[in-house]
Amino acid sequence: MALLEVRDLDVRFALRQGEVRALRNINFTLDRGERLGLVGESGAGKSVAAFSLLNLIARPGYIAGGSIRFDGQELIGLGERQLRRIRGNRVSMIFQDPMMTLNPVLTIGEQMVECLKAHRRIASREARAIALHKLQQVQIPSPETRLDQYPHELSGGMRQRVIIAIALLLDPDIIIADEPTTALDVTIQAEIMTLLLELCEKHNVGLILITHDLGVVSQVTQRMLVMYAGRVIEAGPTREIINDPQHPYTQGLMNALPQMATPGSHLNQIRGSMPPLSQLPSGCAFHPRCDFLTRADGSERPACSRQVPDFVASGNCRVACHMVAEMLAQEAAATEEDRP
Amino acid sequence: MIAFLTKRLMHALLVMFIISVIAFAIQDNLGDPIQQMVGQSVPESEREALREQFGLNDPFHVQYLRFAGNALSGDFGTSYFYREPALEVIARHLPATLELVFGATLLIVLLSVPIGVYSAIKPRALLSRFFMGASIIGISIPVFLTAILLIQVFSIGISVSLFPESTAWGAWLNGLLSTDGGMPSFGRGQDLVPVVGHWETNLASLGGLKHLVLPSVALASIMLPLFIRLIRAEMMEVLQSEYVKFARAKGIGVRRIYFLHALKNTMLPVITVGGVQIGTMVAYTILTETVFQWPGMGLMFLDAINRADIPLIVAYLMIVGVIFVVTNTLVDLIYGLVNPTVKLTGKPA
Amino acid sequence: MSTHSSPPAATPAVGRWQRLRDSYLWYSFKRDRGAQLCLATLLALVGMALLAPWLAPTDPYDLAQIDILASELPPFWIEGSDPAYSLGTDAQGRDLWSIILYGTRVSLLIGFGAVLLQALLGVVFGLLAGYLGGRVDALLMRLADIQLSFSTLMVAIVVGAVVKATLGGSFYSDYAILMLILIIGLAEWPQYARTVRASVLAEKRKEYVDAAKVMGLKSRRIMFRHVLPNTLSPIFVISTVQIANAIISEAALSFLGLGMPETHPSLGSLIKAGFDYLQSGAWWITLIPGAFLVVLVLSINLLGDWLRDVMNPRLYKG
Repeated sequence: MALLEVRDLDVRFALRQGEVRALRNINFTLDRGERLGLVGESGAGKSVAAFSLLNLIARPGYIAGGSIRFDGQELIGLGERQLRRIRGNRVSMIFQDPMMTLNPVLTIGEQMVECLKAHRRIASREARAIALHKLQQVQIPSPETRLDQYPHELSGGMRQRVIIAIALLLDPDIIIADEPTTALDVTIQAEIMTLLLELCEKHNVGLILITHDLGVVSQVTQRMLVMYAGRVIEAGPTREIINDPQHPYTQGLMNALPQMATPGSHLNQIRGSMPPLSQLPSGCAFHPRCDFLTRADGSERPACSRQVPDFVASGNCRVACHMVAEMLAQEAAATEEDRP
Repeated sequence: MIAFLTKRLMHALLVMFIISVIAFAIQDNLGDPIQQMVGQSVPESEREALREQFGLNDPFHVQYLRFAGNALSGDFGTSYFYREPALEVIARHLPATLELVFGATLLIVLLSVPIGVYSAIKPRALLSRFFMGASIIGISIPVFLTAILLIQVFSIGISVSLFPESTAWGAWLNGLLSTDGGMPSFGRGQDLVPVVGHWETNLASLGGLKHLVLPSVALASIMLPLFIRLIRAEMMEVLQSEYVKFARAKGIGVRRIYFLHALKNTMLPVITVGGVQIGTMVAYTILTETVFQWPGMGLMFLDAINRADIPLIVAYLMIVGVIFVVTNTLVDLIYGLVNPTVKLTGKPA
Repeated sequence: MSTHSSPPAATPAVGRWQRLRDSYLWYSFKRDRGAQLCLATLLALVGMALLAPWLAPTDPYDLAQIDILASELPPFWIEGSDPAYSLGTDAQGRDLWSIILYGTRVSLLIGFGAVLLQALLGVVFGLLAGYLGGRVDALLMRLADIQLSFSTLMVAIVVGAVVKATLGGSFYSDYAILMLILIIGLAEWPQYARTVRASVLAEKRKEYVDAAKVMGLKSRRIMFRHVLPNTLSPIFVISTVQIANAIISEAALSFLGLGMPETHPSLGSLIKAGFDYLQSGAWWITLIPGAFLVVLVLSINLLGDWLRDVMNPRLYKG
C-alpha cells in the first residue's frame, strides 16, 4: 500500500458570491521515498492541494470531500490535535518565500527547538544539538552562530536552507515543498534544489514538489501531475510526460519553454489565460484555449465544450482529454480491424 | 547602540529646543514681570529702569539664552498666584498626575491585550462583536463626558423607575438598573500616605485607592478602545502571515502560535502607537483632572491659564515637554529591544 | 501573436448620479442596515441644526425670552416638568431643546469648518512634501511628526490658551467660532498631510506620472491634475473621522472654558455649564446635550468605519 493515498479530494472556498470549487477529483498516491511533481500555472490549485493535505487551508477554504490516507490513517475528519502530531513531524512543509516564512522576532534556534519540543519530550540542550546537526546537514556556514541569529541577519538562500533544516528536523516521511526556489536568485535556485534532492535521496524521504518549472520537475521527480483550473489533467511517470506530452495543455507548457523555440523566432505561448475558478467554461476547462478543438478533417468535436473529459490510459499515463480519447479509440479500432 | 542613542538624543534636543522657544515666546509676549512685581501705580520711567535692570530690553536671542540657562538650572520664575517658584508648584502637583496616569495605564495594559487578542482570534464570536461595538462607542464618548457619566452612576447614583414598581420583576429590574453611588469623585481624599518630599500617595490605602478608581477609569476610557482596536487589527494581520502558517505547518500548538509567534509581532506597532499616545494622555489628564478636581498638573495648568499665571504655564509646557521627550525615547528603546531588526544591541550582525 | 486586444469601447457619457448608482459604494450601502441608520441619524441631526431657528420653540440667544424663574426644570418624563419645555430647562432658564438645536449647529459648523481648513492645509503640504521630496518633505514631515506626537488636543489646548491670554477673554469669546476653527484646523493638519503624502508617493511610482513628465507637463500641473484626483478616496475616508475628532476637540476646548462662551453655547459648553448642577440632581442639563454629542459623533464614526471597510480595507489601521 502506498504511503500517501489521495482519493477524490474536493476543496471549496465559501465566498460571499457563492461557493468556488478550488480542487475537484484530485487522485494520486505517493510511495515511501518517491518524488512527485505538481505542475501548472499559478492559480491552478497546486498550493491549495499542498496545504489541504494537512488541512492547513485557511478559511473560507474547506475540504468538502474525498479521502487522504497517510500510512493507513485517514486524515480527513481527524481532530486538530492528531493532525498536529503529523504536521512537521511525519509530514513537513517548505514554503515558497523564505523571507516571509521565518518569524522575524524569534531566533533560528528558538524556531527549530520549538518544533522538536512540540513533537518529542526532549531537553533543550538535546534539541539544540539536533538543530545544530540539521543545520550542518543543509551546509550552512558556521551553523553554531546561526542558532542565535534572527532571520533578518541571513540571506534568502540561507533562510531557505534553515527552512529545509526545519523540515528535516524530525526525520519526516514526506516533505511538501511549495515552489521552494521561485523566490530565490537564479544562481542559488539550483544549489537549493540539488541540496533538497540529495537530502531526500539520502534519508529516503518522499517529496511532493510543487512548481511551474518543468525543468526542475524532470530533474527531481519520478512521477508528475499536471493541473489545470483545479483539476489534474495529466498524470504519469515524469519521463514519459516530458518526452511525449499527450494533453494539449501539457504540450503547450512544453512548447512554451524557451529552449523549445527556434532561435530568433517568437516564444511559443499558450494563447489566453487560465479562467478564474469562479467562471470555469463548460466542458473541458481548457477548451477555449485549445488548438485541437477541430479534428484533423476540420469537423468540430462538440464534446470538448459540453462534457468534462474522463481519464483515459495512454501508456503509463492518464490523460483527461476528448481528443486523446478519440485518437486512442480510433487506434484501438484500427488494431481491431487489422486482426483477422 | 551608541549611534542609536545619539540619534535619539539629537531628536530629543531638537524637540526640547522647539518647545523652549515656543514657551519663551509665550512668556515674552504675555508676561510683564514688572507689572506683576510693582503693580500699576509705579510711574513709567521707573518701570523702564526696572526693565533695563532685568534685561527685558535686550535682543530676543539674548533673552532666550538667559531663559534657557535659567530653565536648565531649574529656575522657571515665580508663579504669580502661588508666590513661590514655578518648579516647586509643579513638583507638588506632579505625583497626583503620575498616579492617575499609572492607574489608567494599568487598566489599559491589563484589559486591552487580552480583549484585543481574543477578538482577533475569534472575530466572529458574540463577545468579540460586543467588544468591538463597545469600543467604537467608547471612542465616540469624549473623556469628560465619560467622567461625568461615571460620577452620575457611581458617585451620585441613579434610581430607575422605568418598570412598574408594584410587580416583583419590575422592582427587580429597577433595582438592577439603579445604583447607590457613593464612590468618591472629588479630589484625592484624606487618606494620603506621605512617601518622600512632596509625594503623598493614593496607592497605599484603601480610601486613597477608592479615590483613584473613577478618575483612572475615565482617563483609560478613551485609550482602551483605541488599543483594543489596534491590537485586534494588527493581530488579525499577523495571523494571516506566512510565518504563522509555517508555525502551524510545523505542528506548533495554537497557544504558542497566538501568544508567542503572533503576539510578539503584534506588539511592535502597538508599542510605537503607545509612544505617540503619551501626548494624548497628557491632554486627557487636563480634562479628567478638571472633572474630578484632581489636584494634579492638568488642573493646575488650567487654573494657571484662567489666572494668566504665565510663569506657571511656561514651566508646565517645559516640564510636559521633558516628560514627553523622555518617555518617547524610552518607548523607542523598548521597541529596539523587542524588535531584533533594529540594531541597538552590541551583537555582531 | 495574432491576438490583439480590441480598443476599449468608447464609454457613453454617464451622469454622476448613474455612476454612483452603479458603484460598489452604493451597492454596499444598500445592503448595510447599520450604515443606512447612521446616515439617517446624521442627516437628521444636520437637518435639525440647519433648521434650528424654525424648529426651536424659543430663541435662546434672546435674553428677553428667558424666564429665570423656570430654571432647572426637568424633561417631560419626570415629575415636575413644564409642558412648555419638552427637555426641561438649564440653570439660566433656557429651553434645553432650543439651546441643544442651536448648540448642535455651532458644533457642526466648527467641526466642518475646522476640517475644511485642515484638509486645505494638509492637502497642500502633503502634496508638496510627497511630490517635491527632499528637504521640503523632511521639514514638513518632521513638523507633522512632532505636532502629532504632542497630540492634536494638547496642541489645541496650548494654542487656545495662548490665543485667549493674548487677545483677552472677551475678544476671544466674540470670535470664538472663528478662533476654534483656526485652532483645530491648525492642530490637526498633519493627519491629512500624512495621508496625502503617502498616496502621492504611491501614485508617483506609477507610470502615468512619468508619462506626464516625459510629455513635458509642469510639476504643479501634474500634481493637481494627475496626482490629486487619485488621492481623493483616502482623503474622503479620513475626513469622516476627522470631523468626529474636530467636534470632540471643540467640545473638549469648550468644556475647559477655552471654547464657546455660555451665552452662545456649543454642545461642549452646554455640558460644561450643566456639570455644575450635576451634584444638585439636575443631571439633564449636562447629560442630554452629552447624549446628542455622543449620537452625533458615534454616527459619524460608524459611517467612517463602514466607508473605510468599503473603499479600502487596508488604508490605515487602528
